[in-house]
Amino acid sequence: MEPGTTPQPNPTVLDSKVPDGPIADLWENHKFSMNLVNPSNKRKFEVIVVGTGLAGASAAATLGELGYRVKAFTFHDSPRRAHSIAAQGGINAAKNYPNDGDSVHRLFYDTVKGGDYRSREANVHRLAEVSVNIIDQATAQGVPFARDYGGLLDNRSFGGAQVSRTFYARGQTGQQLLLGAYSALMRQVAAGTVELHNRSELLDVVLKDGRACGIVTRDLLSGEVTPHSAHAVVLATGGYGNVYFLSTNAMMCNVTAAWRAHRRGALFANPCYTQIHPTCIPASDDFQSKLTLMSESLRNDGRIWVPSGAGDGRAAGDIPEGERDYYLERKYPAFGNLVPRDVASRNAKTVVDAGHGVGPLNNGVFLDFAAAIERDGHDAIATRYGNLFDMYQRITGENPYTSPMRIYPASHYTMGGLWVDYHLMTNVPGLYAVGEANFSDHGANRLGASALMQGLADGYFVLPYTIGDDLAGLLGDSVVPTDDPVFTAAVAGVEDETGRWLSTNGSRSVDHFHRELGRIVWDNIGMARTESGLRKALSDIPALRDEFHRDVRVLGSADTLNQSLEKAGRVADFFDLAELMARDALEREESCGGHFREEHQTAEGEAQRDDDNFSHVAAWEWNGPDTPQTRHVEELTFDNVALSQRSYK
Amino acid sequence: MSDTISVTVKVWRQNGPDSPGGFETHPQQISIDASFLEMLDLLNEQLNDRGEEPIVFESDCREGICGTCGVMINGRAHGPQKATATCQLHMREFADGDEIVIEPFRAAGFPVIRDLAVDRSPLDHIIESGGYISVGSGAAPDANLTPVPKDAAEQAFDAAACIGCGACVAACPNSAAQLFTSAKVGHMALLPQGQPERWSRTEAMVDVMETYFGSCTNHGECHEACPKEISLDFIAYLNRDYVRAKVKNRALSGQR
Ligand SMILES: Cc1cc2nc3c(=O)[nH]c(=O)nc-3n(C[C@H](O)[C@H](O)[C@H](O)COP(=O)(O)OP(=O)(O)OC[C@H]3O[C@@H](n4cnc5c(N)ncnc54)[C@H](O)[C@@H]3O)c2cc1C
Ligand code: SF4
Ligand code: FES
Repeated sequence: MEPGTTPQPNPTVLDSKVPDGPIADLWENHKFSMNLVNPSNKRKFEVIVVGTGLAGASAAATLGELGYRVKAFTFHDSPRRAHSIAAQGGINAAKNYPNDGDSVHRLFYDTVKGGDYRSREANVHRLAEVSVNIIDQATAQGVPFARDYGGLLDNRSFGGAQVSRTFYARGQTGQQLLLGAYSALMRQVAAGTVELHNRSELLDVVLKDGRACGIVTRDLLSGEVTPHSAHAVVLATGGYGNVYFLSTNAMMCNVTAAWRAHRRGALFANPCYTQIHPTCIPASDDFQSKLTLMSESLRNDGRIWVPSGAGDGRAAGDIPEGERDYYLERKYPAFGNLVPRDVASRNAKTVVDAGHGVGPLNNGVFLDFAAAIERDGHDAIATRYGNLFDMYQRITGENPYTSPMRIYPASHYTMGGLWVDYHLMTNVPGLYAVGEANFSDHGANRLGASALMQGLADGYFVLPYTIGDDLAGLLGDSVVPTDDPVFTAAVAGVEDETGRWLSTNGSRSVDHFHRELGRIVWDNIGMARTESGLRKALSDIPALRDEFHRDVRVLGSADTLNQSLEKAGRVADFFDLAELMARDALEREESCGGHFREEHQTAEGEAQRDDDNFSHVAAWEWNGPDTPQTRHVEELTFDNVALSQRSYK
Repeated sequence: MSDTISVTVKVWRQNGPDSPGGFETHPQQISIDASFLEMLDLLNEQLNDRGEEPIVFESDCREGICGTCGVMINGRAHGPQKATATCQLHMREFADGDEIVIEPFRAAGFPVIRDLAVDRSPLDHIIESGGYISVGSGAAPDANLTPVPKDAAEQAFDAAACIGCGACVAACPNSAAQLFTSAKVGHMALLPQGQPERWSRTEAMVDVMETYFGSCTNHGECHEACPKEISLDFIAYLNRDYVRAKVKNRALSGQR
């Protein structure tokens, strides 16, 4: 390790608890070897599920159906609003309905490769296996997937996959899948197996003798801080893409639940693995609040270019063909505009940084449909992309049929998250993490249409089995009473914190600091990272954090709906996370997937992995505020997929 | 690009469900490229800087799909632009010098929580009463076992596109939730998977709806306000199914 980076007290090698055996039979055999809780005993167990997006709603509904007593929490006003609702493109499954050569093994292989060989083989294989059940489940719930004229389900190829394995529901796949999971959840609420707590925010995870025994929440309407106990706690609280401030994530997405668990001992894995999506509408001004994703499918027909000359201020139509640089087609003749997300994003950054950016703020590249319209006609393009073109026009006021779209990469998804073992349990016994909140299956880069698959796999088909194995050993144990000192101390801690924000009496809003933090993270821990940039982030972030804690202004009181107060705690956690992202990125002296260190690239400018030294998961342990965290590792072995260098030339 | 307009924002402030409310007026200079909610973000930033509490309003996805946002803008739910949720509205829809009156969704079923935020949980209670197909995880047959005619799937989707924003209720002179309920009932009644529980679902959902919301008298304002343009046909479909459900459920209960 480099001098001067991290003191590392007692780093350990983590045990993923993956059972032995041939990979194709692991999960099947393991299901048989796990302990079961018999049906009449399930009601003796209480389980807390925090988050009701795809992962949480599916988990809570399924656990309720099985007979566990479930308490589900969301800070939204309804489970139906979770960020999952915004997913557009689709969900992968190895159904092989099109008969084009897909299989569980191929989906497994593609996911491991797409993740640039930084994920755990056993988990990914299980994901590919249960993917087929998800489509059955969702269809039975009434999810209106696209169908062909024979009435059977339709598939498309997505994100450069060589087979058509993506199921979709217009451009609203996430919405329809979430409404399915939400309806299953509401059925259990009606049945009395799930107790639903809307507008309740988790602000602490509570441990007793090293085991998770409950949580502390704040009611966002009344401000009441309440302890809740259970035999197990499941976090399904989504990703942390909003650490960049500007992202395609919904406004309320944040890291707080995972981070509070981290502060109580749960390891946080691979925080530097973030995905920057290439096709988003560029920011239009300083007041921009979030960025909008334009579907990746647009790259099937749109050609990406910038003016060849730097600083060319002319309108697209005035730039002659000979003065345009179709840089992806030029650099990657084989894949052209369809190179993977990370490659497309990085190249956009390179040309914009070199002064070729377009638009009023010079912060975009063109995505041009002129050739496609000329080839296929206006109507064909309108049928394919009409909705997206309308959406673009509504936001920018520009007509993409007559002038090219402007796009630029934006933070979209986070592969890092709470470290979990094969059972989806964190290193804290009794504490689980599912969906985007865990680090699990996507390695250093997630393939399109695989997040919905993972969230629902975890919730419907994995956690409900694995949690029983752990709970079976607790039969007869009652939950820790909520007047136990561990709970009263946690409640007091949360109340102290809210009090502190309200009495800081500074001068700047929470959003102001979030925006400034986002700039630092975007500039230094974004699409391309360097040692000097990361070191700069490591000095800028704590400095801004100090200012934040000294100078933030949160008005109003704690006993009412107070959105600034809610945000203050979330942004505080983003500060700590951002610092850890920089540390993680600095210590990972290689490039892989979404983590691109400029010092580590091939002669052609592609990500250069260092499998000898970094074929592992980095999982960080919290050692208290202002104290460097400890970097633990889980070694990754690839027995079923041969490691290779990705190439898209 | 980036032309700026001056508008006068008259916004409803109310501290809590039982507090009296009233309008506050703020002049705003704003780029026409800003979204409507970004205009409110900026206003909140200014209020905070002046030591006044920001205006409470809700939003999340800001792309018209989660149904979290929603206010009355100049008397219209989600404002002037057709098929557009509040979060998708941009300031270029307004002119220099405009007065913009912003109020919470107003409906008996949606009590005000604070400022522009209202409680729409009765919509969840309607779903809870039957807005699902009872299939436990793992119990589903192969997805292609039951072909669904493409037309039926498409029509079901037209209903399923509802985002649960409640604009239909806010726009209705009777505060009825017929459009929302009919969308959910229609979505499931149009699919083969929804048939086994069709009649019990319809009756249960309508009955719960009526405990929270007013009666539909076919004004059609709901459709005008709906960001997803849910068709009024679904209300007709719901009414017909409800009558049939009443008859069938009575007949069935005689057989119990
Ligand atoms: C614009 C966009 C498009 C996408 N399109 C696709 C796609 O086409 N295909 C695909 O596979 N993936 C897609 N993704 C990614 C995918 O949508 C997400 O990764 C996935 O939905 C995350 O689901 P989740 O259940 O883990 O978390 P979420 O849906 O984010 O749910 C988090 C839940 O946790 C709750 N919560 C969070 N913190 C707390 C707290 N402290 N206390 C209480 N509750 C809390 C929230 O209320 C919410 O219910 C897309 C993402 C974006 C941004
Ligand atoms: S029917 Fe339309 S207006 Fe009513 S809740 Fe659904 S989307 Fe909103
Ligand atoms: S904020 Fe999601 S629909 Fe408007």
